[in-house]
Amino acid sequence: MRVEALIKRRRNNLIFFAVLLAATLVSIIITEFEVTKAFTSIPRAIGWAVKSFYPNANSLEKIPKILVKLRETVLLSIASTTVAAIFAAFLALFGSKTTQINSFLAAVSRGIASIFRNIPVAAWALILLLSFGQSSLTGYFALFFATWGFLTRAFMETIDEVGSEGVEALKAVGASYFHIIFQAVIPSSLPQMISWVLFMVETNIRSSTLVGILTGTGIGFIFNLYYKSFQYNAASLVVVFIIISVLVIEYISNYVRRVIL
Amino acid sequence: MNVLEVKNLTKKYGTETLALSDLNFSVKEGEFVSVIGQSGAGKSTLLRCINRMIDATEGEVIFAGVNMCKLDKKALRKQRRKIGMIFQHYNLVNQLTVIENVLHGRLGYKSTLAGVVGSYTNEEKRQAFEIIDMLGLTEQVYKRCDQLSGGQKQRVGIARALIQNPKLLLCDEPIASLDPNASKVIMDHLRNISTKLGITCLVNLHQVDVALKYADRIIGINKGKIVYDGPPDLTAEQIHMIYGSQAGELIIDIGGRNES
Amino acid sequence: MNFSETLKSLWVQSPGKRQGIAAKKYIIKRANKASIVMNITLISLAILTIYGFFTFEYKDVKILEVIAATAANFKTMLLEPRFNHFDLSKGLYQVGVTLGLAFLTTLIGGFIALFLGLLAAQNLSSLIVSNIIKGFVAFVRAVPTVLWVLIFAVAAGLGSVAAVIGMTFHTVGYLIKAYSESFEEVDAGVIEALKGSGANWWQIVFQAVIPSSATYLLSWTFMRFEINYMNAVAMGAAAGAGGIGYELFMDSSFYFDLREIGLITYFILAIAVMLEFISIKLKVKLRED
Repeated sequence: MRVEALIKRRRNNLIFFAVLLAATLVSIIITEFEVTKAFTSIPRAIGWAVKSFYPNANSLEKIPKILVKLRETVLLSIASTTVAAIFAAFLALFGSKTTQINSFLAAVSRGIASIFRNIPVAAWALILLLSFGQSSLTGYFALFFATWGFLTRAFMETIDEVGSEGVEALKAVGASYFHIIFQAVIPSSLPQMISWVLFMVETNIRSSTLVGILTGTGIGFIFNLYYKSFQYNAASLVVVFIIISVLVIEYISNYVRRVIL
Repeated sequence: MNVLEVKNLTKKYGTETLALSDLNFSVKEGEFVSVIGQSGAGKSTLLRCINRMIDATEGEVIFAGVNMCKLDKKALRKQRRKIGMIFQHYNLVNQLTVIENVLHGRLGYKSTLAGVVGSYTNEEKRQAFEIIDMLGLTEQVYKRCDQLSGGQKQRVGIARALIQNPKLLLCDEPIASLDPNASKVIMDHLRNISTKLGITCLVNLHQVDVALKYADRIIGINKGKIVYDGPPDLTAEQIHMIYGSQAGELIIDIGGRNES
Repeated sequence: MNFSETLKSLWVQSPGKRQGIAAKKYIIKRANKASIVMNITLISLAILTIYGFFTFEYKDVKILEVIAATAANFKTMLLEPRFNHFDLSKGLYQVGVTLGLAFLTTLIGGFIALFLGLLAAQNLSSLIVSNIIKGFVAFVRAVPTVLWVLIFAVAAGLGSVAAVIGMTFHTVGYLIKAYSESFEEVDAGVIEALKGSGANWWQIVFQAVIPSSATYLLSWTFMRFEINYMNAVAMGAAAGAGGIGYELFMDSSFYFDLREIGLITYFILAIAVMLEFISIKLKVKLRED
C-alpha cells in the first residue's frame, strides 16, 4: 500500500514537472524569449549601471524639479488611496457576511469589487487617458479605481475576521444596525483597515510611477523624459528619490502598525 | 409569577435536521435554571430562540407577558433590552475599553444618533462604574479588553448584561473557556445576581457538578428533547439519560471537563 | 426598589475594592498610545489628501464635462466592444504572450526565491544572512517594476527579455518573504530529529522543509502568477514587452479606438477573474489536504 502511494506520488510529481516544462517551452516560443540574451544581458546591465547609471554633479541641479514631481506623485497616491478607502468601506459593509443588508446587494458589491480589482491599473490609465487627457486626474482615477477594488476585498475580509466579535452581543442587547456598525464593527476593524490603507499608499507610489509614464505626469513622466533623452545620471537620481520615499513610507507604516495592531 | 414560558418550541435546520423538538417549560421570577446536555443537544439553539437571535420554526416564547415570536423588528429590539446575554467567548469588542464595552448594554435604549456617537447620560455612566466596581474590575476600567484575562472578560460581559436592567439573563456556556478559579468567581456572581437582584438566570452548562451545585432547577436536554425537568438532585441514572447511555465513569468525566 | 438601589444593596453585601468612585467624573474616553497614533495617522492622511487636491495639475480639465465624456466612453466600451485592428486569433495569441511573460517571470523568480528564501528563514539560516536578504528585498521592492524593466531594457533592448528580468525582481522579493515564512512554520521537531540522525543541511531542506511546505509554496507562487499577469499587461503598455497590454496601449494612444479598448478590457478581465478563481480553488483544495 505504502509503495503504491509512493509510486503514485512519484507519477504525480513527474506529471507536474512535465507540464511545467511544456509550459516553459511554449512561453519561451510565444514571447520570443532569447535565453542566451537573458544571461548575457545581466552582466551587461550591471556594467552599464556602474558606468553611467549613477547621479553626478550635473544631475544634482535637477533636484528641485524632481522634488516637485515627487511631491505630486506621493500626494496623488495618498489622495487616491484615502478617497478609495472611504468608498471601499461602504462597499465592504454591503458585501461582508457580517454586515450585509441582504445577499443580493452583497453579491453585487462583491462583483463590482472583483471587476475593479481585476482590471490592471495600467489598463485603467489607458482607458481614462481618452477623456481626461494628460492631467493628474487620469492617474488619480486610475489609482482610485484599482485601489477601490483591492481595498473593498481587504476590508470585507477584515470585517468578517475581526469585526464580527461584538456583533452578536450587541444584537442581543437590542442595538440597531447603525449602532452595531459604529460601536462594534468599526472600532474592531479600524486598526487592520488603517494597516491596509498604508500598504496601499506604499503600493500606489510604485503604481503611480507606472501610470505617470503612461499619462505623462508626476515622477514617472520625469523619469521617462530623462530616460528617453539618455540623461541616465538624472534618471538614476529619480530612482534614488523614489527608493527613499518608498522606504520612508514603509518605515512610518511599520511603526504605526506596531503601535495600533 | 412566570417570567418566561416556552410552548411547543421547535427548530428545524433545513428540512431534515431537528435541533429542538416540541419543548415546553416555564421559568419563575428569580429562578436559577441550568440547562445541561451534550454539546450539540440543542442548548445553544434553545437560548437563542428565546431572544430570537435564531427564529424558531414553530411554537411560542412568552417573555414578560409578550410573545417574542410575533414581534416586529422595532418591538423586538425593545423587548431584547430586558434580556441580558452572556457568551462563551465573551463577544466583547476587544479594541474598546472595559467601560465602553459595559456601556454597550445601554444601546437598546438609545436613538440611532446617540448610539452611533456613543453618548450616554451621567446616570448611565454612574451605574456603569458601580457595576464595574461591584464585579471588581475598577482597576481595569480604561484597559482595552484584549489586555484582560478570560475571567475578567467574562465579568465585563456580565456588567454589560446587568446595565441593561434585565429581567432575564441568558448565559450560553459562561465558564466553558475559563479555568476552575475564574469559573467559580463567575458562577458565584451569577448566583448572586439571581438571589440578590432577583434576576432570572437561564444558564447552559457543560459541567454537571457545577450545575448541580448552583442551580435551583435543572433542565436536561438530549437530542433536542427535554428529558429531565426538576430539582438539582438527579440520580446517576437520570444523568445517564440526559447524556445518553454511556459508561458509569461518565459523570466524573463530564464534571471535570473544561472545553466547549 | 429601583435598579440602582438594588445594585447598591448587593454591593454593600459584597464589598469589592471600592476606590474613590465618587470622585470620578465618569470619564469614558481616555487617550492611549494606540488611539493617539491612529488619530494622528487618520488626520495626516486627511490633510495630505486635501492638500493634494489643491496642488494637482488639472490642466483646465472641466470636471463635469470630462465625467460626462468618460461615462459616454464607458458606455461605448462596455456595450459595443469589437475588433478593428486585429481578430480573435491574434487577440488570443497576444493574451498568450502576456501569460507567457507572467509564467516565465514566476518560474525564474520562484526558482531564485526558493534558495534565497531558505537563507532568509530564521530556523534554517543565521540571523545575519537572514537580515542581509531582508534588506536586499526591501531595496528591490522600493524600485517600481516598470523602472527595473526600463533599466534592463538599456542593456537588453525593449522586449520580452528585459520585461521578464525586470519583473523577476519584485517576484523574487515577494516570494522570498512568502517562502521564508512558510519555511519558518515547519515543525522544529522534524528538523531536530533529522539533525539528530546526522543529516546535513541540504538533506534537511530537501527531505523535510520543502516537502512539508510544498503546498503553501505552490499556493503563494500561483498568487504571484496572478499579480505577474497584471504586471505583464502593464509592461506591455509601458515598456514595450508586447502582448495584450501593448495592443491596449496602441488603441488608447494612437488609434483612439474605444470599441477595441472595450474588447481588450473584457479579455484582460476574463483572464484575471479566471486566475483568481483557480487561485481560490487551489487554496481551498490545499487546505483540505
